[in-house]
Amino acid sequence: MDHDSIFRLLGILVIVSPTTLVAILGISSLLNRPLSEQAISRWTFTTVMIGLVSSIAVLALMLYWDTRHVVLELGQWVNIPEQHFHFHSKFVFDRLSIPFIILTQLLCGTVGAFTHRYLHREPGYNRFYVSFAIFTLGMVVSSLAGTIEVLFSGWELVGLSSALLVAFFHERSAPVRNGLRVWSVYRVADAAFLIAAVAMHHMTGAGDFDGLMGQGPWPAGQASLTSAQALSVGLLLLIAVSGKSALIPFSGWLPRAMEGPTPSSAIFYGALSVHLGAYLLLRVSPLLELSTFLSVLVIVLGLSTALFAVAASRVQADVKTALAFASLTQVGIIVAEIGIGFRYLALIHIVGHACLRTLQLLRAPTLLHDYVELENAIGSRLSTGITIWERILPAEVRTKLYGITLQRAFLDSLIDRYVVAPFCNVFQWCDAAENRWTDWLSGGRSRETNHAADPGQVFDDLAG
Amino acid sequence: MLEMHLPWIELAILFPLIGSLLIINVSNPEITRKRALITCAFALVAAYGAWEDFHSLHSFQAHDHWDFFSRWLGPEMLVIDELNAPLLPITALLFLLTTVATLRTKVRRFPFSSMLFSQAILTALLTCRDPVGIIGLSALHCVPPALELRARGRSSRIFLLHMVLSTLLLMSGWAIIRAEGDTTVHSSFAILLLVNGVMIRSGCAPLHCWMTDLFENATFGTSLLFVTPMVGAYIAARLILPIAPAWILHGMSLIALATAVYAGGMALIQQDARRSFCFLFLSFSSLILVGMGIATPVGLAGALCVWLSVCMATAGFGLTIRALESRTGRLSLKKYHGLYDHMPSLAVFFLLTGLASVGFPGTVGFVGAELLVEGVISVYPYVGVFVALASALNGIAVLYTYFRLFTGRIHVASIPLTARWPERMAVLALTLLLLGGGLFPQPGITSRYHAAKALLERRIAPPLEEPQEHDSETDVEHASSPPASNVSIVSTTPALTGARHLSHSTTRVPNASVSVNGVTTNSWP
Repeated sequence: MDHDSIFRLLGILVIVSPTTLVAILGISSLLNRPLSEQAISRWTFTTVMIGLVSSIAVLALMLYWDTRHVVLELGQWVNIPEQHFHFHSKFVFDRLSIPFIILTQLLCGTVGAFTHRYLHREPGYNRFYVSFAIFTLGMVVSSLAGTIEVLFSGWELVGLSSALLVAFFHERSAPVRNGLRVWSVYRVADAAFLIAAVAMHHMTGAGDFDGLMGQGPWPAGQASLTSAQALSVGLLLLIAVSGKSALIPFSGWLPRAMEGPTPSSAIFYGALSVHLGAYLLLRVSPLLELSTFLSVLVIVLGLSTALFAVAASRVQADVKTALAFASLTQVGIIVAEIGIGFRYLALIHIVGHACLRTLQLLRAPTLLHDYVELENAIGSRLSTGITIWERILPAEVRTKLYGITLQRAFLDSLIDRYVVAPFCNVFQWCDAAENRWTDWLSGGRSRETNHAADPGQVFDDLAG
Repeated sequence: MLEMHLPWIELAILFPLIGSLLIINVSNPEITRKRALITCAFALVAAYGAWEDFHSLHSFQAHDHWDFFSRWLGPEMLVIDELNAPLLPITALLFLLTTVATLRTKVRRFPFSSMLFSQAILTALLTCRDPVGIIGLSALHCVPPALELRARGRSSRIFLLHMVLSTLLLMSGWAIIRAEGDTTVHSSFAILLLVNGVMIRSGCAPLHCWMTDLFENATFGTSLLFVTPMVGAYIAARLILPIAPAWILHGMSLIALATAVYAGGMALIQQDARRSFCFLFLSFSSLILVGMGIATPVGLAGALCVWLSVCMATAGFGLTIRALESRTGRLSLKKYHGLYDHMPSLAVFFLLTGLASVGFPGTVGFVGAELLVEGVISVYPYVGVFVALASALNGIAVLYTYFRLFTGRIHVASIPLTARWPERMAVLALTLLLLGGGLFPQPGITSRYHAAKALLERRIAPPLEEPQEHDSETDVEHASSPPASNVSIVSTTPALTGARHLSHSTTRVPNASVSVNGVTTNSWP
């Protein structure tokens, strides 16, 4: 076997293993014949391990054969030659995707094993793993995507699984509302991503990253767009990134997402999903070089998110939310690093931060136990002395700052007041107008179910 | 025109027609259901046979073997071509699945005879290319739902007002075009009458209220089967697309786009599952008119793909709501129902079909939606944003409805609510189609692209200014904005008379010329 065949075989294994997991768990669920806990766990372990070992093998062979860029072409998924419309099934192993895919497989394996015990005998055990499998597939596809359309496909899968897992405890309404909120933000971000993807496809004739970002292996490469095009597409992608990585002004969904079970919080919002936006920025980073304004915007967005998150994390009353904001702080810094141009640093930062945060979130349920052990070990209470901020800032400022950060800078309230409420009001007015119109046309009451929309209920749900 | 090996189309029409007559006076609901089921199965076999036979001919169009009806009604009746070939089996499948998924609790109330009569008319309509036949059959297609509304003691005024108005507009528009003859200038006024007729039939805002009224007052099954085959889009493809100038098509496209966004927003604030479904459907179906109005090969191919995917996905989505309603009664979205634990497979299917409707990756609508967005952006770079916005709103509405129906609380039921095997069969059949078409989209895309090309080749109106493909310098700024108004068409072809047909897909209509602000030029060399 030559090098290409070996890479192809290993690459296919990386892609096929999570696909198999989705197929097995999905079909059994659809047939209403869920597998046993043991079987689910075994399938998850096996497929993730195959993916992980294959990914590591690809890395080892790339290092051994001194190859920096391996392309896995699975043919044209859709092809309309006359219109030059291609939808390549193309995956790329390079310096960016390899660390990310190994990180993905490693953390998915860890969390999968953890969850087997954590959710033992939980009624939603199978449902969790179905969503988890979709997430794993989405992450693998996004990480290895060689075209923007393939990346978009993976991106959407991650979004769906995320919303479903936030609403995992679905017998209560609060997780469901939060799941809908997360999904709403994701859909807006996805719409921006879709437009950006189509626009890039349209500008360059293909959605291929090689065509878009230049032929050189990452991080080299020159984008084949003009500065104005880079700015317009870059702004759309920045909206997508902000939605996915909870950057300002979309940060409000992150603490809500902690409503899901701890393993999903760890893998989504501590480790992988929250970094997917940063990953996209890294992938399209040649665009940033074409527009200084775009780069500055990325830096400002990253730093402002980091500042907001670091303040918010200090006033949270529960450990998962505090960790979520701590995670957001690091994501903000990573985004700023990408804006500055420190791409390798950002990549290393992502890997390190994801591992640390997964550990912290998985340990979160036993935090009190850990504290007790720590205090027993040192033989005294942990110090709660005066912090540097208490010395520097006057009490009045601290109080105001506390109020603002406790309300998460009113970001959610602002979106609710200036986006969700006007939206609901306009459409409820239209609904009432339609009701009057059909009553008049029919010469009586045209609706037997509802006569006027209840303004509060819809708003409550959309506003979460 | 080539002949198929058997009279498949006639059989696909005759089976439901005979079935309808056979059960019209049967009082036993179980027998009625069984006969309806058998009839639908035969109709599906015939429709599928027509599709397969047509494929085997490798032709652009074909008609039945022993085509008796064409001798009396003309050669443009009962024709199968690239456009309608897949629509026939899909429509027949929807009728079969609706019958299969009708539970015993609803058998007494569901009008099977009327349903089969509708199926016969619909099949005839979808195989008709004669404009007068299309208008007549589309008017006849409205009769069974109107009769049902009356039989249920509900007001049919809203439905009838809209349908009569739509039919009158179509008839008068076509009458003017016929009166103008083959070689006269076809006035924009006549084409606008046609467009308005189609837009009412398609439920474009603000004249969409007939659709919500129908869902409100008719049985869910009847409403679903009346709207999901999208007769309005079919009329647009047959009557408007060949003759309408660019500015009218683009105007139609923009109104349809506004409807898609409006309906997406309305779906989100509805408090009744049926109404929410209706607005969702309206939003999806409007996107098809958007693609048709763009009338570029990519945009139109996208629209035709979305047509099939929306037809299947929304039918599945609707059937799930119908299955829920047959257990719990009308479903209010004011409260959470928490039905997941009682019917997990229906819940998964509901989500799957909802996501397929919005073109989620891996489902049948994904590539079609992408083609549609690409087509719209190539013509209207900024307006294209609204397609993505409509899709985003629809996506939120789908999950909102899912959460409201299946989650939020623990539902306590005194009777088992699990899905029955006929429902599971229906669910699995549609799931296979939705996922199969999504994972292997190339055959579907190729077929729809050929249909799009054939439709565009039948255009005698001036060719629409197509975007220069993939010119990185100009594409973003490029927009083939509608030409100045006052565009009208001079035709010397039989293409407008209803007796037109092309012998081969690559044939272009010759001798068409266009008059723009008084200056006449040839549209094609």
